[in-house]
Order: sequence, then C-alpha cells, then structure tokens
Amino acid sequence: MKIRVPSVLSVDGKAALQEAVDRLAHANPSMDASRRNFLRRTMTLGGLSMLTGCTLVDEDSVETALTRISRLNDKAQAWLFDPNRLAPTYPDSMITRPFPFNAFYGEDEVRAIDGDSFRLEVTGLVADKRSWTLPELRAMPQIDQVTRHICVEGWSAIGKWGGVSFAAFLRRVGADLSAKYVGFKCADDYYTSIDMPTALHPQTTLALTYDGQTLPAKYGYPMKLRIPTKLGYKNPKHIQAIFVTNTYPGGYWEDQGYNWFGGS
Amino acid sequence: MTPATEVIHPVWLRVTHWTNALAVLVLVASGWKIYDATAFLGFAIPGTLTLGGWLGGALLWHFAAMWVLAANGVVYLLLNGFTKRFARRFFPLSFSALLGDLAAALRGQLVHADPRHYNTVQRVAYLFVMLDSMVLVLSGLVLWKSVQFPLLRTLLGGYEGARLVHFVAMSGLVCFIVVHLAMVALVPRTLIAMVRGR
Repeated sequence: MKIRVPSVLSVDGKAALQEAVDRLAHANPSMDASRRNFLRRTMTLGGLSMLTGCTLVDEDSVETALTRISRLNDKAQAWLFDPNRLAPTYPDSMITRPFPFNAFYGEDEVRAIDGDSFRLEVTGLVADKRSWTLPELRAMPQIDQVTRHICVEGWSAIGKWGGVSFAAFLRRVGADLSAKYVGFKCADDYYTSIDMPTALHPQTTLALTYDGQTLPAKYGYPMKLRIPTKLGYKNPKHIQAIFVTNTYPGGYWEDQGYNWFGGS
Repeated sequence: MTPATEVIHPVWLRVTHWTNALAVLVLVASGWKIYDATAFLGFAIPGTLTLGGWLGGALLWHFAAMWVLAANGVVYLLLNGFTKRFARRFFPLSFSALLGDLAAALRGQLVHADPRHYNTVQRVAYLFVMLDSMVLVLSGLVLWKSVQFPLLRTLLGGYEGARLVHFVAMSGLVCFIVVHLAMVALVPRTLIAMVRGR
C-alpha cells in the first residue's frame, strides 16, 4: 500500500488548532502559578548572593538569559546527536534489581489502566490517524534491549525494555518524518516531546514489556517510550496519545525549566 | 623598568582569570545543588552554599556557566601558548626544586619577593589546576552527553565512573581555591597585581 504523504499545512493546521484549544482550556491560574514557581525556585541566588552579600541581578533578565542559553544547549545537543551512535547495552546479569520507581508523584499514586479498553491515539502530521489496541501493537515485530536509564537527578540504573521499534511505528502510521517534534500525552497527566531524529533512533522503543513481562503499572503500563539516548524525564509512561507536529509542544518538567533536549 | 611599573599580568590574563573565577564559582555552587539531588556519596552540601534554588535552576546555571568556562579556558590556553608565557612561567620544573620549595614553605621561609617569578610549588599548583580543570570539563562532557562520547566514557570508567571523576576533580579544584585564597590573604600584593596588572 502506498502511504499518501499528508499535506503539511492542512494537517499541521488542525494539530495547531487542537493545541490552541487545549491551551485555552488549560489557560488557568495554575499556569501562572507554575511560572511564578519557576522564577522563585530558579532564582534563589543561594550561594552567590550570600558570598557577595547583595542581590546581584534583576531576576527577570537572569531568567530570560538562562532560558536562552538552555535553547542554545538544545541546539548544541541536536548538533552533537549522531543517529547511528548507540547507547551501550549490558548483559541481563547487570540489570538493577529492583529497578527504581520514579515519577512526579509517589508510588502509591500509580494509575491503574484497563488494557482491554485502552486505545492509543495517534494524531497530528500522520497519514493514518486510527487508534491502536494493545493486541495490534503486540502483533508488530518486537525488539528488546538492556540499557542504562540515566536520571536528571544523578542516579542511573540498568533495565530491560521490549516492544515496538518507534521508528517502525512512525513509518507504519505514515508520520511526516521531516516534522520537528513528536509529542506525548499520558494517562497520568504527564506530557513531553522529543525531536524527530531521536524518535527515529534505532534504540528508541515503544515499550510494552519490562524484563520480559508485561510492563507493570509502576513502570508505565500499558506502554512507555524508552529512549536510551535521553534522560529519564524524556521517557514518558502510561502513554495515551502520540502526535507529530512542527509546533513546539514543551513538556511537564521542560515547562518548569528542565532542558528540553534532555539528551545523554 | 622598575618592578612597580612593569606589567606582571597582561590584560588578557587578568580578564581570563576573573572570568574563570566567576564561572568556577557558579559551576561549583550549582554543581553542589545538582549533587544534592541524589547525594550519592552519602552526605549533602548545605543548601545555603548552593546556587539555583532547585534542581532545574541549578542545571540552568551549570549548563550556562560551562560554556563560559570552556570558551574562556580555550582562550587562556591559546594565548598562553602563543605568547610563550606558558613555557616562561611554568618551566623548567624539577623534583628537587619542588622538594626544596616545599621544605622552605613548611618552615615559613618560602620567599615571594618577586611576583613575576613563580616558585616551584606555585608552578606545580597552577599546572595541577589547569589539568584538573581539563579533567572536570572532559568528565562533565561524559555526564552531559555520555552516549555521544563513547571513548571518553570508557576511559573514565563508564557513566558512573565519570560521575565520581567529576566529583573528585571538583574537590581538587576546591582544595586549590582554598589554598590559593589563603596565599592571597598572606601576600595581598598578588591580588593587586591580578587586578591592576602590576
């Protein structure tokens, strides 16, 4: 079957409209609060002001400058990224047991998702926007690998994830592979987005299993995106919707100041 | 030319020195905040000594100052080489001269009469801090982009090895700074020279 390449303008326009609607729907005081939070949390000049004994700088301009440098950091990392360079893999014997739980909430708040009624939504710059059931995803060719998960907090752990090659999935749904971003919306209200070259990296996996077993709830059932070339917060769990877009989608931690590219 | 009017530290040296000092201050303070996110060696750095307010803020500061440190370091090393200052100031080195100077220093007899001349202890200390800074930059490169620098990652003992190297090199730099500041307090003339050039 020949996949029709979607007209960029019309499809992206729709995605952009959807995003605008979403943003308006969520444009509430919490957005402002999180921004204030960003300022307050970032600009505590802690050691620096203590050492110099004065408030050195205008916080707004410092925030602007740091954010700009962070965008420069994104560009530098995109430039350094080599699509053919693989993250190291390890033998099963080196798997970290138990593999740590990590989320923006506690382990007792992990969402329970009903796999039978679950449908993965695919939207944006893709030719085939139908939803996917879990059996359909399990019927695709499966890969697995043992890689190191590196957390932005500084710890790392080795785990084994298996599932569908994300590049194969994107090709299957006829995604516009020249688009800039792939975004994710998750059942636990998490959201993030990645660059297309990373999405197409051979190790980037739409993971359905952990250590040979169905992905447990604490690691993101029914599926998480496993990216060995990125930090942990770029590996969304409980993925509900995937969208391809040229409009910068941001992310839960990224909007609070974490670097967007978040590569390792 | 009398020592009072002769330029000891050229402008480029003073500019790179103070730029480096600022970058290192920001990097160490924000790095301590980043370390505190896991405190993998079992102790935490007091929050008042850290910069950034929270992990995300510390990372923003750290990833901003790293460009300053790296660019400034390259400028410093290139100018040091081109002007032949590097060979003039830091060499020759000899082990016996180092022992002699160390013994004199411990007896409180190491003279610092001529700020144009570095004694062997100073030469070794400054060469150490240059090498240590390079180790810091290289191990930082592995922590920042471990997949993209496989050879460097292997040389530093893998990702977790690089983390330890980065911390140990930071500790070495902080020890140098403590001694360096103590020496400046003992011989304030060196501070004036680093500000005015003579």
